[in-house]
Amino acid sequence: MGVYVLRRLVISIPVLFLISVGAFILVHLTPGDPADMYITPDMTQADIELTRISLGLDKSWVIQYFEWIKNFFSGNLGFSFTNRQPVGEIIMQRLNPTLILMGVSLVVAYLSAIPLGIISALKKNSVLDRFIIGWTFFNVSFPPFFLGLALIYVLAVQLGLFPTGGMVRLGQENDIASRIMHLTLPVIVMASQFSANMIRYVRASVLDVLEQNYIRTAVSKGLTEWQILFSHVFRNSLIPIVTVIGTDLPKIIGGAVITEQIFQWPGIGSLTVAAINSRDYPILMTIVILSAIAVLCANLLVDVLYAVIDPRIRYEK
Amino acid sequence: MKETILSVKDLTISFQTLDGKVCAVQGVTFDLKKGETLAIVGESGSGKSVSVKAINRVLPQGNTLYEKGEILYNGCNLLELPEKEMQKIRGKKIAMIFQDPMTSLNPTMTVGKQIAESIVKHQKLSETEAMKEAVNLIDLVGIRNPEESSKNYPHQFSGGMRQRVMIALSLACKPEILIADEPTTALDVTIQAQILDLIDELKEKLNMSVIFITHDLGVVAHVADRVAVMYAGRIIEVGTAEEVFYYPQHPYTWGLICSMPSLDTEDENLYSIPGAPPNLLNMPKGDAFAQRNAYALQIDFEEKPPFFKVSDSHYAATWLLHPDAPKVIPPEEILRRYKTFKSFNKKEKEVDVYDASIACAGE
Repeated sequence: MGVYVLRRLVISIPVLFLISVGAFILVHLTPGDPADMYITPDMTQADIELTRISLGLDKSWVIQYFEWIKNFFSGNLGFSFTNRQPVGEIIMQRLNPTLILMGVSLVVAYLSAIPLGIISALKKNSVLDRFIIGWTFFNVSFPPFFLGLALIYVLAVQLGLFPTGGMVRLGQENDIASRIMHLTLPVIVMASQFSANMIRYVRASVLDVLEQNYIRTAVSKGLTEWQILFSHVFRNSLIPIVTVIGTDLPKIIGGAVITEQIFQWPGIGSLTVAAINSRDYPILMTIVILSAIAVLCANLLVDVLYAVIDPRIRYEK
Repeated sequence: MKETILSVKDLTISFQTLDGKVCAVQGVTFDLKKGETLAIVGESGSGKSVSVKAINRVLPQGNTLYEKGEILYNGCNLLELPEKEMQKIRGKKIAMIFQDPMTSLNPTMTVGKQIAESIVKHQKLSETEAMKEAVNLIDLVGIRNPEESSKNYPHQFSGGMRQRVMIALSLACKPEILIADEPTTALDVTIQAQILDLIDELKEKLNMSVIFITHDLGVVAHVADRVAVMYAGRIIEVGTAEEVFYYPQHPYTWGLICSMPSLDTEDENLYSIPGAPPNLLNMPKGDAFAQRNAYALQIDFEEKPPFFKVSDSHYAATWLLHPDAPKVIPPEEILRRYKTFKSFNKKEKEVDVYDASIACAGE
């Protein structure tokens, strides 16, 4: 197993390299020039050219790429084109809010989705099951920006129960209650998306396991419904569930672009949007690489978990 | 006469399907005596498996309707027992072995644990004691290195070994009744005999009663004390193994026996019963077998035959046994068997207790 993990990690180096090349090309193909942000009415063509030279944009793409990668390996992620701050610092500032929002959303989503999915499967075709399935259908088909705007309009603007956006109120940084109030609406939006997806997977997976012959064996052993659920159904239905968790996990770092934007959440998602708008190449590159690392790690984690859950899955050395 | 341990009376079960109600079992009645092996034979879809799954109530909930009848065990009707009470009987008093050993074990749990689970549940032993007991059981069913094997997962065993694990699992609480639902169907022929012998041997050792479901008459001959033949949801003939094999009365039983290959059967001579079993959705009037029956009488198409007594232990549901029925000559193979049967009985000096007209017809 250790050998397998090591091999996977080694393989991910060329993968990351290719991703960085692809990302670099895409980012530079975007129409527009970062130097446009600096243009003021009294600038001459020569001034603009000077700005481009100072940003390093006058060199060829290949040289720019190799400079970027050289800096990357020496731990220098570059400076933001917009405010000349170190990229690492900016990302670190934005990472925390995203980790809080996405982490809380995922925990809320899974804590609700797993029991609901199991109940839905056990009471298949009951009124409760139909209600849960209807609810997931509603959530999956509703775009998050619409749900977010609707929540803001009703709960924040009309009823005034929650703040309309942001993470904290200025001067109340240590007020936990206020932080929770700020967190509630975006978490509802994110969690309902995650949980709707998860409920459907849990339900399908549990239903599949319930029809297996070994469940019939467990019944004929005289076990109670709960004993069967915990010792036979749960572990066997985990594989698809872990797969879904694996696809959700990278979002903890990547953030939610639309939801963060609507709630003015100062996370990676809204940073991404801002960086795209200002053609902030160094920030974009770092976000892409960070997300890629998150996806690769999540995939590896899922593959390792498969082997832990199911003894039939073994990775040969 | 041995005491009756389980008695199924007029059991009628149907399934709700999209096409309508399917009556899978219609008025099945049989007794199981202490220490005997009862085999239920019949082709696929004849209702044999459904009948015995009803005993332990492991049929799919929701679309199964228990329409009529009762299953008496120790004087109480299992069909009316609340689920909680039923859980105390399953595995402890009545255990089952299923057809497919490849999928009947939980792939993510060690076999030792799966066996121990039942012991912890019913005998209230601690986990460690139950594991020790599980190792003993694995040893009992003839798996090598029981200690080590108990820590293995099902996929590390072959099909035959898994069926041994299933047997160990079902025997964990020394049940009074073992229901084996086609336990050898999915196994190699060489392994089949081993498993049959094992069940037989353990039956003696633990003084169990066994219900054996199969469509393989060779298996029946190997293990059964008594045999019930099922067709289209009904039992059509029941008797001791000798009676059913050597003195069969129902034309369907004749067909089954004739379609058994023997060593001198040549390929093209292998007999098969013409036609296919009736669709259970719309059962024909009268005897369900009439359409495929070369010996069918007019009345077979109009009225269901009742059971006619052949001997104290032998009954068959065919109009041919009615005193007014015309005499028919059974197939040659059956006549040969009648002779063998007669010679058995002469030895036992019980000449001519069977006065059913049909027996003479063959002479």
